[in-house]
Amino acid sequence: MQQTNTFLAEQARKIRIGIIEGVYRAASGHPGGSLSIADLMAYLYFEEMNIEPSEPKKADRDRFVLSKGHAAPALYSTLANRGYFPVDDLKSLRQIDSYLQGHPDMKGTPGVDMSTGSLGLGISAACGMALSAKVSNDSYRVYSVIGDGESEEGQVWEAAMFAAHYKLDNLCVFLDYNGLQIDGTVADVIGPAPFKEKFEAFGWNAIEIDGHDFDAIRNAAASARECKGKPTVVIMKTVKGRGVSFMENQVSWHGSAPKEEQYKLALEELGA
Amino acid sequence: MSEKIATREAYGSALAEFGAKYENLVVFDADLAEATKTIKFKKAFPERFFDCGIAEGNMMSVAAGVAATGKIPFVSSFAMFSAGRAFEQVRNSVGYPHLNVKIGATHAGISVGEDGATHQCLEDIALMRSIPGMTIINPADAVEARLAVEAAINFDGPVYMRFGRLAIPVIFDENYKFEIGKGVKLIDGSDVTIVATGLMVHEAITAAEILKNEGISARVINIATIKPLDCEIILDAAKETGAVVTAEEHNIIGGLGSAVCELLGEKMPTPVLRVGTSDVFGRSGKVPPLLEMYGLTAANIVAKAKEVIKLKK
Repeated sequence: MQQTNTFLAEQARKIRIGIIEGVYRAASGHPGGSLSIADLMAYLYFEEMNIEPSEPKKADRDRFVLSKGHAAPALYSTLANRGYFPVDDLKSLRQIDSYLQGHPDMKGTPGVDMSTGSLGLGISAACGMALSAKVSNDSYRVYSVIGDGESEEGQVWEAAMFAAHYKLDNLCVFLDYNGLQIDGTVADVIGPAPFKEKFEAFGWNAIEIDGHDFDAIRNAAASARECKGKPTVVIMKTVKGRGVSFMENQVSWHGSAPKEEQYKLALEELGA
Repeated sequence: MSEKIATREAYGSALAEFGAKYENLVVFDADLAEATKTIKFKKAFPERFFDCGIAEGNMMSVAAGVAATGKIPFVSSFAMFSAGRAFEQVRNSVGYPHLNVKIGATHAGISVGEDGATHQCLEDIALMRSIPGMTIINPADAVEARLAVEAAINFDGPVYMRFGRLAIPVIFDENYKFEIGKGVKLIDGSDVTIVATGLMVHEAITAAEILKNEGISARVINIATIKPLDCEIILDAAKETGAVVTAEEHNIIGGLGSAVCELLGEKMPTPVLRVGTSDVFGRSGKVPPLLEMYGLTAANIVAKAKEVIKLKK
């Protein structure tokens, strides 16, 4: 059901607060690539996807696979804010007695449709779900988020071949093109771009958007739904660390947690 | 006992047979359907067969996604690429979430023959044993292979099934009962126990006959399910015969021999000698001479049985 952009922005803000809260309490985790997809996550879970938080295993639900599993704090915060589990539980991220593992665990966390974390594996699993829907004529759709650095994994392109060959037009993959990975910029590390031309050559419907623009995300998702016979990839230009000024575009915030002062400052910026 | 059928043939036939009964069965292959024999399922149920091309890692994770939606995927490639190339996908996409994926790995072991070391997987049992919650089945003949396929379909959880390229003697008849996790005593004996799996079961039976003619009473146990291991049947045998020989078409490191030694070392220290490939790679050649060269024969089991009896206290 279509929401106002103001409503979605408010959800994204809450998702970002949950990300900071979890990573700070865990004193570890991946804030940069979680914050970069917060707007997309708000759109998917509060507008696009057919889901029922009170019935996380509902057979005809849309599926979501976070292939870049290290952005788990974004997924958890989204699920919590959507009502799958208490928002307060986000504070238990990565703790020994928590169900919120460092990377998504479908066995332990309500709303997680696939265990991921090892890069390149999730997009294939999303292909499997989409194919399964085709086999039994189910109408659910499958959404997945991959990273730009993740696209250096050969399996991403094995999956790209597979999805195009089997015409998985019920699959929509979002590529979080924030331009940074652990060792530096993706361009400097191994240079996986250009993405659009590569995916088109693999037989995909490829769309480039600003990943922080709700209208652009909405239009891309609509285009994916309307495109028949091809899977869609939405290449989202994003800002790593988006929403927390001192984390934005800083590679050092890929996998490190804020100290107390930084945590307070981040929450202040997010209006918590 | 004269008829010879490869377990991969039985696997393909079983998929085609059970495809009708189990409508949620979906089969994947990685450009080897003619060799793994999933081609039989493809011909019977083309709408439920998907070739993934030569991309085993993707295939394994795709199967995990299919299993997550409630269908039962069988994925097939050679053992080398199922357990080796796609190990990490088996571990993380299938094993960790304990998804209901059935891996039908063919061309296991040295009996691949002429293709040589790169394709003769002698490490797959070791790799699969190391994954928590993985069930491993290595059938001894075509009858057991067929029964194992249906048992795997009705079992909730990941299963690695190991099949061979070589046509091997049919040991069991239609009355044979197969149960996951249960070993079967094929021959009773009191001097020594031969614990065998896969194509070495037939060699073990032959060895027991040779030993019998020499006045040695050898018990033969078929272990199709290597994990979880039937501890009871092995502990009983160790207690009652006091000496054990294991026999497998796999490296002696990490396979059935290791599993038996681990069990006995902890629960009932007993002399054990292992027949298998001795931490070496295979090579090209005709199969019978290869099995001979690597000691995968009844004659070698006999020699090891006599040796292990001398180690009894």
